[in-house]
Amino acid sequence: MNDIALSLDTVWMLLAAMLVFWMQPGFALCEAGFTRGKNTANILFKNFVDFMFGSLLFWFVGFGFMFGSEGAGFIGAPNWGDLSFYKGELPVEGFLMFETVFCATSATIVSGAMAERTKFSMYVIYSAVITLLIYPVEGHWTWGGGWLSDATADSFMMQTFGDVFHDFAGSAIVHSVGGALALIGALALGPRRGKYAKDGSSRAIPGHSLTLAALGVFILWMGWFGFNPGSQLAASGEVNRTAISHVLLTTNLAAAAGGVATMFLTWWKYGKPSFSLMLNGVLAGLVGITAGCDLVSPVGAVVIGLICGLVLVFSIEFIDHVLHIDDPVGASSVHGVCGVLGTLLTGLLSTSNGALYGGGWGFFGAQCFGIVVIDLWAAVCGIALFYGIKKLHGLRVDARIEDEGLDVYEHGETCYN
Amino acid sequence: MKKIEAIIRKTKFEEVKEALLSSDIDWFEYHDVHGIGQSRQERIYRGVQYSTDVIERVAIAIVCRDQFVEPTVNVIIETAHTGEVGDGRIFVSEMIDTWSIRTGEHGDTVLRDKK
Repeated sequence: MNDIALSLDTVWMLLAAMLVFWMQPGFALCEAGFTRGKNTANILFKNFVDFMFGSLLFWFVGFGFMFGSEGAGFIGAPNWGDLSFYKGELPVEGFLMFETVFCATSATIVSGAMAERTKFSMYVIYSAVITLLIYPVEGHWTWGGGWLSDATADSFMMQTFGDVFHDFAGSAIVHSVGGALALIGALALGPRRGKYAKDGSSRAIPGHSLTLAALGVFILWMGWFGFNPGSQLAASGEVNRTAISHVLLTTNLAAAAGGVATMFLTWWKYGKPSFSLMLNGVLAGLVGITAGCDLVSPVGAVVIGLICGLVLVFSIEFIDHVLHIDDPVGASSVHGVCGVLGTLLTGLLSTSNGALYGGGWGFFGAQCFGIVVIDLWAAVCGIALFYGIKKLHGLRVDARIEDEGLDVYEHGETCYN
Repeated sequence: MKKIEAIIRKTKFEEVKEALLSSDIDWFEYHDVHGIGQSRQERIYRGVQYSTDVIERVAIAIVCRDQFVEPTVNVIIETAHTGEVGDGRIFVSEMIDTWSIRTGEHGDTVLRDKK
């Protein structure tokens, strides 16, 4: 490849990595805003833990688990900090950075669902395990060239479905995995004190700043402009410049449609348009479009955004009112449910091989199968991890610490003085 | 010498303040108060409907000589009035004595209301 073209691709990848890094403050602010002021230092700290541990562990081992070893395996060979195994055209150090920010995004989804009651020490263990093992393994199956993405004619996926699993930027790989772990983590923890009345009815625990949450969502929206278009991993040439432009457009349309759908649905359901849910609706659209942002048309993107924005509201209600799983920020609905939904809708709405565009049901089958095995992996690991820690170390802080705030007892520092 | 305490709407505070200053009250204190009453406000947060019974008001406290109680109370009633439920209450209580920290004088003459 032309040297300038490769440099252009590298710059685009690094720029996108920086934008995806910017999703970390987005998550941090969003989660801080949706929770109470007595736990703000704690939740912000957890977001730093995710990125700090993610950066070190993914560089040292996770990158090898994900991209190491040839062929269609279950897990790559650990690299122990050595990057020389990687044989790609893009500079490996830049590529590692790009993959690191994705890994840390997956990790940081969970902190919101487990907010306001989790032991800090336990969270450090969780954060290490997802970046060390859970994410790199399923990442290996897909982006790492493993069995779900093996397109050789005699591979399992091609033999069974005639198509491979497709997740362009991570609806399934990043978001649904984070969302599934979020749901299991929140379930293992139990609800915050006072969240459910004796008769089982759900109580509102309003977050301390919708201003911070709104800024967080805007920042995430912007970060997604690196997350999705950056996943093309190239910008040079007609094919790439068209693709990244298309992906940027579909990403933005789905976000807007998701927010609009949630706004009107809550307006109709509750009599007033709900701001806090609309913020989730924008994220629902973004999560939903991430798998198929390269394959669907702009109309398809709007459809995905609308469906995710609508389903989100029912999902949040169902998880809260029926399952009684206390997810203060809605991470399990936004990232889990809409991540699954986006992956499946790609199988229907892909203009090249989607079922609704005459591509038959093979690709949709591959999407269904892929999402099931990926989330099954996440769920099995999540159950082992969270219930294991619960038994050995305990997940929750004491009731008194929860009542008075994690900031004072876990850190000795408060955010607002 | 009396103490007048008034609990008024937050939205009426500016009007009451201006009226009190122009009726020659020299100094008064105020603070934000939260009360619990019978009236409820319906709210929705993330799909959970709930009602809040917390009512936010401003409390004003004025100490003045006896002859200024009635005009001051009237000023507050006129300016803080909307006619809707929740306009507030005024309480008047007896003050026994007062000292000026600067001069050491005591008695109601140390109050600087000009009337």
